[in-house]
Amino acid sequence: MPGADSTPHHINDFVIKIGTVNGTGSASANTLLMKALFRMGIPVTGKNLFPSNIQGLPTWYEIRANHSGYNARTGRVDMMVAMNAQTYQQDLAEVSPGGYLIYDSSWPRDGQLAREDVHLIGIPLADMVNRHFAPARVRILMKNIAYVGALCALMDIDGDVVRGLIEETFAAKKKLIEPNMQAIALGHDYAREHFECPLPVRAEAMNGTNDHILIDGNQAAALGCLYAGATVGAWYPITPSTSLMDAFESLCKRYRTDPDSGEKRYCVIQAEDELAAAGMVVGASWAGARAFTPTSGPGISLMGEFIGFAYYTEIPAVFFDVQRVGPSTGMPTRTQQCDLMATAYCSHGDTRHPVLLPADPRECFELSVAAFDLADQLQTPVFVLSDLDIGMNDWMVPKLTWDDDYRPERGKILSAEELEELEAFHRFDDVDGDGIPYRTLPGSHRKGAYFVRGSGHNRLGGYTEDASEYQEVVDRLLTKWETARGMVPAPVSIDSGHHTDIGIIAYGSSHGAVVEALDQLAGNGIHANYLRLRAFPFSDEVHEFLDNHATVFVVEQNRDGQMRSLLKLETDVDPGKLVSILHYNGLPIPSDAVSKRIRNHIRKEAVA
Amino acid sequence: MSFIRKPKVEWAGQRRNPLGLTIRDYEGGMSTLCAGCGHDSVTAALVQAFWELSIKPEQVIKMSGIGCSSKTPAYFLSGAHGFNSVHGRMPSVATGALAAHRDLIAVGISGDGDSLSIGMGQFAHAVRRNLNLLYIIENNGVYGLTKGQFSASADPGSKSKAGIENRQQAIDPVAAAISLGGSFAARSFSGDKQQLVPLIKAGLAHPGCAVLDVISPCVTFNDHEGSTKSYAWTRENHESVTSADLVEPAEAIEANYEEGEELPVRLHDDSVIRFRKLEADYDPGDRAHALEYLERHRAEGKVVTGLLYLDQDLPEFHQLSGTARQPLRDTGFEHLNPGADALETLQEKMR
Repeated sequence: MPGADSTPHHINDFVIKIGTVNGTGSASANTLLMKALFRMGIPVTGKNLFPSNIQGLPTWYEIRANHSGYNARTGRVDMMVAMNAQTYQQDLAEVSPGGYLIYDSSWPRDGQLAREDVHLIGIPLADMVNRHFAPARVRILMKNIAYVGALCALMDIDGDVVRGLIEETFAAKKKLIEPNMQAIALGHDYAREHFECPLPVRAEAMNGTNDHILIDGNQAAALGCLYAGATVGAWYPITPSTSLMDAFESLCKRYRTDPDSGEKRYCVIQAEDELAAAGMVVGASWAGARAFTPTSGPGISLMGEFIGFAYYTEIPAVFFDVQRVGPSTGMPTRTQQCDLMATAYCSHGDTRHPVLLPADPRECFELSVAAFDLADQLQTPVFVLSDLDIGMNDWMVPKLTWDDDYRPERGKILSAEELEELEAFHRFDDVDGDGIPYRTLPGSHRKGAYFVRGSGHNRLGGYTEDASEYQEVVDRLLTKWETARGMVPAPVSIDSGHHTDIGIIAYGSSHGAVVEALDQLAGNGIHANYLRLRAFPFSDEVHEFLDNHATVFVVEQNRDGQMRSLLKLETDVDPGKLVSILHYNGLPIPSDAVSKRIRNHIRKEAVA
Repeated sequence: MSFIRKPKVEWAGQRRNPLGLTIRDYEGGMSTLCAGCGHDSVTAALVQAFWELSIKPEQVIKMSGIGCSSKTPAYFLSGAHGFNSVHGRMPSVATGALAAHRDLIAVGISGDGDSLSIGMGQFAHAVRRNLNLLYIIENNGVYGLTKGQFSASADPGSKSKAGIENRQQAIDPVAAAISLGGSFAARSFSGDKQQLVPLIKAGLAHPGCAVLDVISPCVTFNDHEGSTKSYAWTRENHESVTSADLVEPAEAIEANYEEGEELPVRLHDDSVIRFRKLEADYDPGDRAHALEYLERHRAEGKVVTGLLYLDQDLPEFHQLSGTARQPLRDTGFEHLNPGADALETLQEKMR
């Protein structure tokens, strides 16, 4: 075993990975650990790498602490907690040279799979908790808390912070506080007595998390729906979007239930399938409510018919696609950015839809609100394209803020009074020349009555199979698309501060990896300007960025370079200058996957 | 039926309902269905029922899917919002619309193709949720718009126009609705306006999903010998189990009600539909008996019509959901958005 001297010091810059068995209650221990680091002021992120299974299969949680705030995966593991005997070999192999592996030495593993370049720390976790706790379930749970205790000693994590968190967590179940405290002490004391504490990989209080929160994207998106005033949510359970509706319903129970009567100012419907969920959203939006559905790729496929219908009949609707790995059922609990094309052009016929691309939970909140406004203003389906990494993982983001002066942008809805004044109402008349007609809500005024039809209709709303009347409507929808271009959230650019003709384009959950890669590249003397896309259709800034750079790397998490394809289709960029940097194995993209490949490409170009 | 639209002419002495509207005010666009189509008779019955009930057209939403039947909403109540959705998925759109605005009066018009094949799932779940919707199935046993294929309601042994015999079992929407836990299941015949109009009124008045299966012969593809959904067959074999008429609210309703013989259905305006039993032993409140009765008559080749099952106490969709009395669509934003302070408090737990 190498001495501590051979281990590089990692203060507030490390990756802890915990391997456990799905269903053994490790999630609360891991949350406790991450929150403790966060409360010490150290920027952190936590990623679940879990199986599509309820109990029994291996699962991992990976915490990255980084004083500079980098939040992407690194490919490094400085501290592995190997709690699953079945993956011990794999877990040990993953530890970075000079790193540490904590294992449960209740079952000695002497000589088994040892690595010379890794420090092995055996703690008899099962033995300790079995001596202290009687009920079987408690023993399993406390074993997890005990490794947190050991890490507190080994990594110098503030014990007061941990104890404070336990008190807060179990404020409503006070009898659980004591066993948790004991388990922390068990792990902590054992580590203290048997190992040199703290290790070179350690935490140190700093000031990097003020005004930040820990939140996942689905929770944040649900908050967005609540704050935007959505009242109808219809859905069919699907990983990884399920927790979005769970969160919305729980928020509504808290904020939208009349305390006296118990009446609900919301309606959440668990539909019989995704087709019905889409129909309910379309029906509710048509009748004037703000309505949404959360789903994932397979759900989008099923909703396609209604999405095309809503596009052509110009009914607002908000669809959250929390992407998972495709094609087909793919890997339901792994992440990808693979539904971009499927959403941008979803459905039969000539259809295209605004797609918003949040990069983290904070943007899930903000862009959810924007999605409802856009859907109403444009009278069309709008997608919020999140993914499992954003939706289900724990992110540190600046606190969400809200302006109480906000009022929903409901778009062109004619009131009963306005209808009274009007000589006649025609549903699809482009009165303002922006491609967006006026609509009326059922039940408001007799003069506003019109007939919604997915079949050919003319400017006035009447049925038609007339060539020119049909074409007039679909051409006007293109005018609306041009209007949308100027309304969607603008991209965010990071200028390198150097004269460079290298550009990088990315979106969504690839952002963190790109930000870190930019610094890594700069360290190698490669400077690139970065444009983070936040929406389709592409606004003028995107066209300018493409024009201004000789080489544009397009970073995304799918096999076929879907954003690169979309840029080729929707702009007049020379395809030769778009270079794909792709990552699509189901795990969140690491930063070096970006920087290495860009470096290699530039080197090759230089040699050529 | 294609015809030249009659101009609306006002004349003295026209009958008007309490809203001051004539029956012509409840008409819609010109029908483009085949001459003699049963669906046009259903349209006429709807016009009559809405007019008689004095429902404001703008309070009504007319929902449909795809198919000949689904064109019907275009032909009545031009002052109401209409929604011709996608094939078989009318119930979900109606569910969403009613979730947003519970006070809208919703009528869904579907067909046997639309509801019993592609839309069977949505039909079942609208019934299961007891959505406050009059769900009319214009049932002709055939796909008209795609020219004559059997539908799921075609009886085994019945023949297509091309002479092919159907060998698969038929789905009976009334039996299905009762089995699914529906609260109102009725059947009628498009050629029997006397029975159909009161049933439509009762369905509109019923707080929940009122399934009304109307045998509505397709004159082009299913009105031949060998069909069990033709005019001739239905006239010959339909058997009323109940009959109905309307009692205006002004009358002393209770006095007209004789227990054991009649079933009163109270409407939203306090008028009452009286159902008189033609069969002494028929109890529309007995689910098991209703199913047994339907099955017994089906085996004899009889088309049983009337109100076949009713449960007035089953909570409808909004009662089940606990939704606010005020339509969600009309709820002020201040009641929906918890505000900046709440967001701040909520985030304390996220630190």
